Amino acid sequence: MDTIIEGAIKAFNLLISGDSEIFQVITVTLLVSSIATAISVFIGIPLGLWLAFTDFIGKQALTSLIHFGMGLPPVVVGLVVSLFLWRSGPLGDWELMYTLTAMIMAEAIVVLPIVAGLSLTAITTINPQLRWRLLSMGATPWQANWLLIKEARLGLIAAVIAGFGRAISEVGASMMVGGNIKGQTRVLTTAIVTEVEKGNYDVAMAIAYILLIVTYGIMVCLTILQHDRKML
Amino acid sequence: MIVHHKVRTWSLLVSLLSILAIGSSNQLIAQAPALGQSPVHKNLIVAMTTSIEDSGLLDELVPALEKKTGYKLKKVSVGTGQALALAKKGEVDALFVNSPRAEREVLASGAVINRHLVMHNDFVIVGPSGDQAKIHGIKNAVTAFSLIAKKKALFISRDDDSGTNKLEKDLWKRANIQPNGDWYVRTGAGMGQTLQIANQKRGYTLVDRATYIFQGKNISLPILVQGDKQLLNLYHVIEVNPKKFPKVNSAGAKAFIDFVLSPEGQKLIASHGKKQFGKPLFYVDGGKTEKDYGL
Repeated sequence: MDTIIEGAIKAFNLLISGDSEIFQVITVTLLVSSIATAISVFIGIPLGLWLAFTDFIGKQALTSLIHFGMGLPPVVVGLVVSLFLWRSGPLGDWELMYTLTAMIMAEAIVVLPIVAGLSLTAITTINPQLRWRLLSMGATPWQANWLLIKEARLGLIAAVIAGFGRAISEVGASMMVGGNIKGQTRVLTTAIVTEVEKGNYDVAMAIAYILLIVTYGIMVCLTILQHDRKML
Repeated sequence: MIVHHKVRTWSLLVSLLSILAIGSSNQLIAQAPALGQSPVHKNLIVAMTTSIEDSGLLDELVPALEKKTGYKLKKVSVGTGQALALAKKGEVDALFVNSPRAEREVLASGAVINRHLVMHNDFVIVGPSGDQAKIHGIKNAVTAFSLIAKKKALFISRDDDSGTNKLEKDLWKRANIQPNGDWYVRTGAGMGQTLQIANQKRGYTLVDRATYIFQGKNISLPILVQGDKQLLNLYHVIEVNPKKFPKVNSAGAKAFIDFVLSPEGQKLIASHGKKQFGKPLFYVDGGKTEKDYGL
């Protein structure tokens, strides 16, 4: 139990002293999870929007495929991405294995279905007549889409929150395609695994605190963004 | 007003990120090459056994090596079994591993070349202080294993095909025992975690001395068997054969091997752990071969 308190003290010291090693890991963590989330948002929200307003054969199948993807285990994604990126794999010439790019790719695959699935739900829950009304009032399709996105903001930002939460908390895929290389591809979650393996439970706990603080900070910002004036 | 708040929130987010970025801008710049497609032969990938990574040895070796050779070392910490599997596919450039028999097999297959002994320590058998199998002080590891099996005393196995696990399986084979049953627990985890499970469950396990030393503060299992020649733990560096896998960074692998065997590299290894634990974790063997140990 002492570890919980020791960890808190260590975390405080690490942050106050500006320990360059831990700040580097924090930066890599934020960089990877935010770029992966951003990619997922840029693909996932339009995908959700398109699915909500288009009817075609196989729509049900595609929707359930996305919902299935929301539960995609990161280790499975990590393994499949590895098979592609290894030197012997089809993308081997790109030399991407054990790089941040590889981690971003894997995490984006994990996060995309979550963002797309929740976006679809968020947009479906607003009145389906609204789009037709906007169009009949003379809005261009792009304007109508933009207004719908704004209308569904609450649910869409929830999608971003869920996606980012998955990306920053994920271990399996980062470990496998990133290699958990110190100073290069080590992120907060894999750093915790390493410290546990070394038997430094206090340091592991300290990093856990830092991970929680960082995640909380981002989530507070996203929540404020979600609720706008209601909270400020 | 809405716009105003939005701007405020966004700027909060952005400034939060930029504080972090500035706080470690140097490291971020160092990261940059990893993001793009860095020059193919600048990166050097070495697969190594977990006990080397966990011991912190590489934290001292890598910066010195990168400074001297100019390569950017990517060390991937996996069990020896996985490291050898990666080498057989040509996914890595060099190996730093501890399972001589399995290494010789891969060497014979032609996937790897240029194998050199770097250092050694030894394995020990640890167990609960009650020692119900009564193995304390026994000089022969195989006898100790037989006693554990006979008593069906709890034994925790890594079962991950690592060097440690391969030796453990060899010892069972030499004792003519097929370990099976409730008393034989397979973790599939690294050494540190397996030792911790043995500690929590009060079981016996085979552990390399380096891990036992640096995990010491969390472990209450005493060393029961040590000093048997069969428990010697030899670490080799190996180059992946560039003739077989053209994508391998052969010059980098050679530079890595040369550095580890150089007086500077050997000195770093020999002194590692002395400050933190009061004793070295590894003993250097530069220039020797496994024949010197009767293997």
